[in-house]
Amino acid sequence: MDETPTAAGEIVARNEHAPHDNHHDVSQHVKKYLLVGGVLLAFTGLTVFLSYVDFGNRKTNIAVGMLVAAIKAGMVAGIFMHLSAERKLIYRILIFTAMFVFALFWLTYLHWYNPISR
Amino acid sequence: MEIPYETTARPDTGLWNAKIGIWLFLASEVMLFGGLFSSYIFLRLDALPGHWPHGLLNVPVGTMNTAILIASSVTVVLAWAALKMRQFTRYKIYMGITILCGVIFLFVKLYFEWPDKFKHFGAFIREDRLEKYEAYLGNHHAAEKGLDPRIEITGHLENPEALTDPNIKEYEVQLDQVSAAPDDPASDRPHFWQVPRSEKVAHIEKEDVERATYFLPTHSTFFATYFTITGLHGAHVLGGVIVFTYFWLPIGANLYKRNPEHLANRVEVAGLFWHFVDLVWIFVFPLFYLL
Repeated sequence: MDETPTAAGEIVARNEHAPHDNHHDVSQHVKKYLLVGGVLLAFTGLTVFLSYVDFGNRKTNIAVGMLVAAIKAGMVAGIFMHLSAERKLIYRILIFTAMFVFALFWLTYLHWYNPISR
Repeated sequence: MEIPYETTARPDTGLWNAKIGIWLFLASEVMLFGGLFSSYIFLRLDALPGHWPHGLLNVPVGTMNTAILIASSVTVVLAWAALKMRQFTRYKIYMGITILCGVIFLFVKLYFEWPDKFKHFGAFIREDRLEKYEAYLGNHHAAEKGLDPRIEITGHLENPEALTDPNIKEYEVQLDQVSAAPDDPASDRPHFWQVPRSEKVAHIEKEDVERATYFLPTHSTFFATYFTITGLHGAHVLGGVIVFTYFWLPIGANLYKRNPEHLANRVEVAGLFWHFVDLVWIFVFPLFYLL
């Protein structure tokens, strides 16, 4: 990496712009943000509509509702939170977070497997 | 003192410091809400049939609040983009709208939704007395249709003194439509628009009641989890509004004059927090209001 010491003695990286640093890039992203906002609103309507559709049992309704919510969450995280193009370090932090949170949910799941009472 | 790397990326991480800081904070937030959601799953899946109520929350209002939060997520990212393009007036407008959205969300929750629940009453009937109140519960109809049993009669408590006065032997309840006409197939599933309360008043003997409360956290596991999660979420919305207001006041303008990139970065990290709050709501809304 190309590094230049500044007058204050700190190291500043050149050619190492964070994503979206370029002003021209940002103006191009604005339309995308508006579009994603519109899609999120439409998906909110879809979530409400699907919740009143009888899929036969409540479990299926919950699964469908959570699927739509997961897509919405993916759009918020990917576009608004810039996770679609982020630095490796952020992904590393989030991989560990995902592992721990899945472990937490798994612990909840474990309580149905009580060998003593069976 | 100038803090290094507040606007320039560190060479080793490729990121300015606050960005790593906010993501570490958000990682801890994922665990915080993850704990609450896993408890929710645990409690809901183990709830006995009929013990997880449906249709008690106001869906149109919840939908509106969801739309408000999504709109605010768009405006905060536009506020950040405006700063990146050095358009300060636009930033002020978008940030102002974001703050307004947050305030409306909290206002609806604290002055409409929650107080509305605090006035709504429910009486859980003892298991051996369910048949006596069949006209208000409609369990024969529910069994025929394969629906969960109904154990609660809901509506507006006409004699609230009955809650505290042991000499009053019954609750007088102006019934919700679902309790007034439980056999009506229209009551089988919750409605989008709230159905107006019926004129019918039921007299429920206290000794037939397992427990009777307003829709407070003590009412049921459903409301306990609802108030805990929406309360914590609301506190996050309030936190976001306070931080955004701080950036919107002249202090933000002063920072912009000194170093516009610094303000843009501050708005970006606060925006990341705001998007996370929106993301949590995306799951809260269907889980509590719809499903």
